[in-house]
Amino acid sequence: MISVKQLKRTFGPIVAVDDISFDVAKGEVLGFLGPNGAGKTTAMRMLACFLSPDSGTASVCGHDIIRKPVAVRESIGYLAENAPAYSEMTVAGFLSFVCDARRITGNAKKEALDRIVPMCAVGSVYHQTIDTLSKGYRRRVGLAQALIHDPQVLILDEPTDGLDPNQKHEVRRLINNMAKDKCIIVSTHILEEVEDVCTRTIIIARGKILVDSTPAALKEKYHCSLDEVFRKVTRTRKSA
Amino acid sequence: MNSFRAVFKRELKGYFATPIAYVFLVIFLFFAGYLTFRGGFYEIRQADMRTFFSNLPLLFVFMVPSTAMRLWAEERKSGSIEILLTLPITIPQAVIGKFIAAWCFLGIALLLTFPVPLVVCYLGDPDEGMIIAGYIGSFLLAGGFLAVGSFFSAISKNQVISFILAVVACGILVYAGMPTTLNYLSAALPPSAISAIESMSIQVHFDSLLKGVIEFKDIAYFVILIIGWIAACSIILDERKTS
Repeated sequence: MISVKQLKRTFGPIVAVDDISFDVAKGEVLGFLGPNGAGKTTAMRMLACFLSPDSGTASVCGHDIIRKPVAVRESIGYLAENAPAYSEMTVAGFLSFVCDARRITGNAKKEALDRIVPMCAVGSVYHQTIDTLSKGYRRRVGLAQALIHDPQVLILDEPTDGLDPNQKHEVRRLINNMAKDKCIIVSTHILEEVEDVCTRTIIIARGKILVDSTPAALKEKYHCSLDEVFRKVTRTRKSA
Repeated sequence: MNSFRAVFKRELKGYFATPIAYVFLVIFLFFAGYLTFRGGFYEIRQADMRTFFSNLPLLFVFMVPSTAMRLWAEERKSGSIEILLTLPITIPQAVIGKFIAAWCFLGIALLLTFPVPLVVCYLGDPDEGMIIAGYIGSFLLAGGFLAVGSFFSAISKNQVISFILAVVACGILVYAGMPTTLNYLSAALPPSAISAIESMSIQVHFDSLLKGVIEFKDIAYFVILIIGWIAACSIILDERKTS
């Protein structure tokens, strides 16, 4: 469902993403790991068609990110880093706006909202303005807008950042429940989350993919925890 | 409802969800009225709205950029631009949706000046065509300044910088057509250049509409001005959305 071919993106002299290639199929949950500044968010932004690549391409659900960005955005649910939203809107108003923008109207809109509000546990803050919400609730609202149209592909940038342990557990459970029917890319710094949720792991640093394997295979290969695998891979390798 | 209409609806509702709209409307209506009566509305002893319309360009130079400055600067600073531009919408659709919503808001501000034409019609027998042409010109003037303001809002994440740059640009568009400016420039530039500068001034085309005749060249000027600055806004937004 996602096919990435030699994607590259620079910001001036900085090469943020350097010729990365990978595929993700339906039913897979790909964990994107890497140090800060590795290129995870840039890669996800290119897949979400928020940024255009300098070279290379990718396709999401058969739509090319360069030639058909609107079709790609229709197919994906994207949770951006820091879960931005319109602070002056209420949760209800914001989710309603996302439904309108995604052409979910009438009964379908009501059903989508009735489904997503308990799923993301935002019922208790539904009529509050977003600027009054805690970090955890803002992230849940961000997750709700990413899931509201039941997309085939999910691109989640640090979906559990700022959530308390119970909320983290709920979000991971949600991802696990959706995993078999969807293609999911999750970026995270939380290695236990990778073991909990991901069927595959890519470790990226300085814009390059260093490792593309499963969490179990990595632990077996390096004979250590995923935490130590991450340290070994990102500290010893300069490039792939 | 497509994405463009969703953006338009969200933006227009957003103005009235915060105190922004009400503060703007009160200040605009106060100064529009104050400047009209201070400019000799009764003293000219004629039932027309010349004194009302003649003050609008300078009032808009400050008021319209104050509306435009938050259009894109706030989105970029808060990060909500990443929400907007990852919805199934193109950048031009998002830019036009926000622009039209802001233009409608300014249109509402103009409509709220209805007591002035009511008073004029009650006290005398004005040329309604001139009043209608004046309002059309004012609406187009607001749209022109708003397009300029949108561009500068996309250039900077800082709303103050966007405001100042937009005020300067709108001020140049107004002052370029003023007789004092043209007289000053005529000392250094050839008549053809003076004529070109005069024809590019927003004041000249606005004054032409105030005479009550809606000419194609004046409408075309405003349309080209709006389309040009909005297109530039789209281009600059695409370049700077992540910076």
